[in-house]
Formats: sequence, C-alpha cells, structure tokens
Amino acid sequence: MYEKDGEKYFVVDGHVHYWDASPENTTNKYGEGFIKCFYDYHKNLSPEEYVWPLEKYRKYSEEDMMHDLFEIGHVDIAIFQSTYLTDFYDKGFNTTARNATLKEKYPDKFVLNGSFEPRRGEAGLEEFERKYEKYGFKGIKLYTAEWHEDSKGWKLDDYWSVKHLEKCVELGIKNVHVHKGPTIWPLNRDSFDVADVDEAASSFPELNFIVEHVGLPRLEDFCWIGTQEPNVYGGLAVAMPFIHAKPRYFAQIMGELLYWLGEDRLLFASDYALWQPKWLVEMFVDFEYPGDAEFDDYAEITPDIKRKILGLNAAKLYDLEVPEELQLVTADQGTGFDVEEKPATER
Amino acid sequence: MIEQDAVLGALSGVRDPELDEPVTDLGFVSDLRVEGDAVSVRLRLPTYFCAPNFAYLMVADAREAVLSVPGVNRVSVVLDDHYASEELNAASAFDDAFPGETEGPDLGELRTTFRRKSFVSRQERLCRVLLAEGRSPRELARMRLGDVPPSEAFETYLDRRAELGVGVSPGAPLVVDPNGRRVPEGAVVQHLRFARTVRVSIEGNAALCRGLLETRYGGRREGGEGPEREEATA
Repeated sequence: MYEKDGEKYFVVDGHVHYWDASPENTTNKYGEGFIKCFYDYHKNLSPEEYVWPLEKYRKYSEEDMMHDLFEIGHVDIAIFQSTYLTDFYDKGFNTTARNATLKEKYPDKFVLNGSFEPRRGEAGLEEFERKYEKYGFKGIKLYTAEWHEDSKGWKLDDYWSVKHLEKCVELGIKNVHVHKGPTIWPLNRDSFDVADVDEAASSFPELNFIVEHVGLPRLEDFCWIGTQEPNVYGGLAVAMPFIHAKPRYFAQIMGELLYWLGEDRLLFASDYALWQPKWLVEMFVDFEYPGDAEFDDYAEITPDIKRKILGLNAAKLYDLEVPEELQLVTADQGTGFDVEEKPATER
Repeated sequence: MIEQDAVLGALSGVRDPELDEPVTDLGFVSDLRVEGDAVSVRLRLPTYFCAPNFAYLMVADAREAVLSVPGVNRVSVVLDDHYASEELNAASAFDDAFPGETEGPDLGELRTTFRRKSFVSRQERLCRVLLAEGRSPRELARMRLGDVPPSEAFETYLDRRAELGVGVSPGAPLVVDPNGRRVPEGAVVQHLRFARTVRVSIEGNAALCRGLLETRYGGRREGGEGPEREEATA
C-alpha cells in the first residue's frame, strides 16, 4: 500500500523475477550476453542510487527481494512470471520451481504463474498439466522468443500452442502473459510482431492476454490490437522506468495507451530486479503530463486511474482481495475505445 | 585518394530500418579506416540481442554505400559484439547466415514493412507542422504536394514516398496511405491520430536505443550529433 496526499493505493506488481544468472549457472556466451543486456537496461533507466553492482544483479537474495518489494517498495502482492531460458542457464533463469520456494514461504505475498513449452508437443502438454496440479496457477507467462534446441522461437497460433491454450481453458487458467523478444522464428520477419496475439485473443475469448512491455517496440501494433480485442491487456513492465530516464516518452506512451486501450486494461509492473518498485510507484503517483501542446489532448491521469493501473486492474484479473479503503473513489473516467465483445471464431 | 568524409557521407545515407535514422547519427559506426582503395568499417549496436535481420540490413547497406564512393574497390564491414556476429559477418545473403531459419527469400518484405511505418511517421511529422501553422485537417485532406511550403520534414517525406513508389508530382494529394490512396476528408483526423502513435513509437524506440548504446559503450560527447565522426578518425 502506498499513501500520498491523502490518496491510498493498493499495489500489485504484475511482473517480478527471482532469477539466477550467477556465473556458476550460466551455460554459454548467450546466457552471459543475456544478463549483460538486462543489466544495461537496468543501468540505463534506473536512478543512479538504485543501480546495483553487476555481481549482485546476477543473483540477489531472498532478503533483497522481500525488502525491495514489501518492506520499502509499497507492493501488496507480486506476481511471479517465470522465464526458463534453459538453453542459456544450467538450472534455468527463473523457473516456476525456483519462484515456488518463495511462494511457499510467503503465500500471501506472491501469485505464482507457470509456463508452457509448445515445442515439446504432447510431452510438454503432459508436463504442463502435472505442473498445474502441483502449483495450481491462475496465469502463465510465455516467452515466444525463447530458444529451444535448433528453434529460435515460436508463435501463439502454432498448432501445439493452440493445444496448450485449449488446455488452459480446460484447467481454468485465465491469464496469459505474453512476452515478445527478438530472434523469434522465422528470422526474416519482424521478431516483435504481435499479430499472433490478435489471432489467439480472437480464438480464445475466455482467456485474458496480457502483452508484456505493452508490445514495445511495437507500441502502435499493440494499441491497434487493443482496439480490436476486448481481452487484450497491456503489462507496463519496461515502459514504467521511462518515467525517470525519458519522462516525455513515458508521458506519450501513457497518453497513447489511455487513448487506445483505456484505464481498465493496463497493469503496473516493475520487472524486478530489472527495476525496483519503490521509485516506480512513487514517481507514478506524482506523475503529470508535461505542460506543452504535445500533451494537451491526452486524457488526464486522475488518482483513480492511477489506482486502477497500480493494482485494481490486476486484482480483478487474479481475484485478489482489496481492502475497502483502497477501492476506487470516483466513477469510470471513460478513457479508451469501446471494444465490443466478439464471438469466438472457429478453431 | 579517398576522403574519409566522402565515406562518412555515404554511410550517413544508411538508416536503421526500424528507427528511421542514419547509422552515423545513432552512433552505430564505431570505426572507419581507409587504406589505398580499401575501406574497413566497424558497426556496433545497442544490445547483444538486437534483431539479427535489422543488423544484417545495416551491414549490407553499409557495404553497398561505401562501394558507391568513387575510388573504393574493396570494403569490409564488420559487426561487433552481437550474438550472431560470426554468422552475419561471413554471409553474403541473410538466408545463408541462418539456413533453415528463414521463410521465403531475402529481407525485402521486412524492409518494406518498416518503410511503410516510417512513411506514416514522416507524414504525421509534416502534417503536425502544417496544423500548427493554422491549417485545419479538412484543408490538409485537400492539399496537394505543390501547396506544401518547403521544409526538411517535407523533403524527408517526399524521399520516402518516392522509395515506396508513391507519386511525388506537385498535383499528387498530400495525405495518402502507404499504398498511395488518398485519405478521404472524413477520415483524416483518425488517420493522423494513428499516425501519431506510429511516430511516438519510432521516436521512443530511437531514444531507448541511444540510451542503451551509451550505457554499453560509454557516453557520447557533448554537442549532440556526429561525435562518431571524431571517434571514427581517431
């Protein structure tokens, strides 16, 4: 919970990691390159006082995480999004099993999401179901650019992806977080293309598709899909830290997202340990558009819109209980387009 | 004798296809050497995992641009610090760099996709200026290229129109889609509204990439554009 100027905010951090990229766990040059790339994002977009040494960044402790999120970070509940990367790291980067160690210890603090690997076909499907039985997750995180043997990525509308999504519906897993990254197959197409999300969201109206980092670097394509599909949401991981390093750009992104998707379909996330929730929450609550003409026609971001984005929207998707005093104060601000419910298409 | 400035001038015509800015302004050219009729160029990118297809296009375009400079007979363009450096530096075609990993020939389609995006973005940037000068969206919808006062934004818009095969004669309509079809009066406001999202996206990506490159390789010197010129001759 965060309180400022008499306004209270329930905070759900929609995307956190408990990763291990220590040298001992790093398999090859790709794993080495991956964590260094992450570190550059961290260093480039964080306020100086929040920048960690690389050594700590590669593998931080349980104490670091609990402190940064819940003791000082204003977070009420955080959602673990697993990222396997087993081709880069011996024991994986941030597996469901690793995250589960903290979920078991602090059951009220975390939501634990799972994942699936469509390229393992039938065997993958069985393993997915076993994991579901073990952990009982309500959501999954999919990283379509992940390497697996010779493959450099996959798409949501591939045959085995569809089989896995059908399994989600069957099991009652509602929330599908999709992360787009470079090097997805085929390599001669735009690797960040989010068109397969559109396809999947149409085919599975009973699932919610949360596109991580709001489709960046394809903000425009993501916004367009958001106007077509009512069950597409934007996760603000990676977009949030621009609030410090590139505040004008952050303001533009928020203005665009509120214009196209509206206040009910955006979810706050720190992407911890990429960035830390403390400064993100504090700066977001203080946020106002710059004063010049470029921003004149953007919808105002009221405290209630901030409340929705910081926690209430995610609480709704994950059925999290929100104390009465942290609920909305005013009515809907009416941002975004009215997207009509579309009938399910054949699949 | 080949002038370094001539080579840099040629390289400034090479753009990052996604960010629509010259590789020289973005700081992607880290080294440039001229020896007799041979030129060697080193390129670098903001991250180890930058999309290999865009990287390939820039390497290929840089090679072609340098070869277009009179007197240059041999050129070597090397991409450093990328996960696919080895494959990309050795390849003469993208499909050869990643056998079995591509679909259909070459990267032509990808290049066109991003030319269309930057076409939309350049059009919006120009229309924004025209609107700020007091014209209404309705007036914009009726304007022809011959009615547009000269400006840099107009020039870059015309360049991209020509590259996409969209008409550039003075009688051609100003506000058209990437296929050259005129946007009707009633649709101009919404057309420009989406175009603005495209521009915001491209400009934001460029700002992020600049920041990441700076973090990866150390700060740029004061004075804005063109510090690579100094580095390149060092």
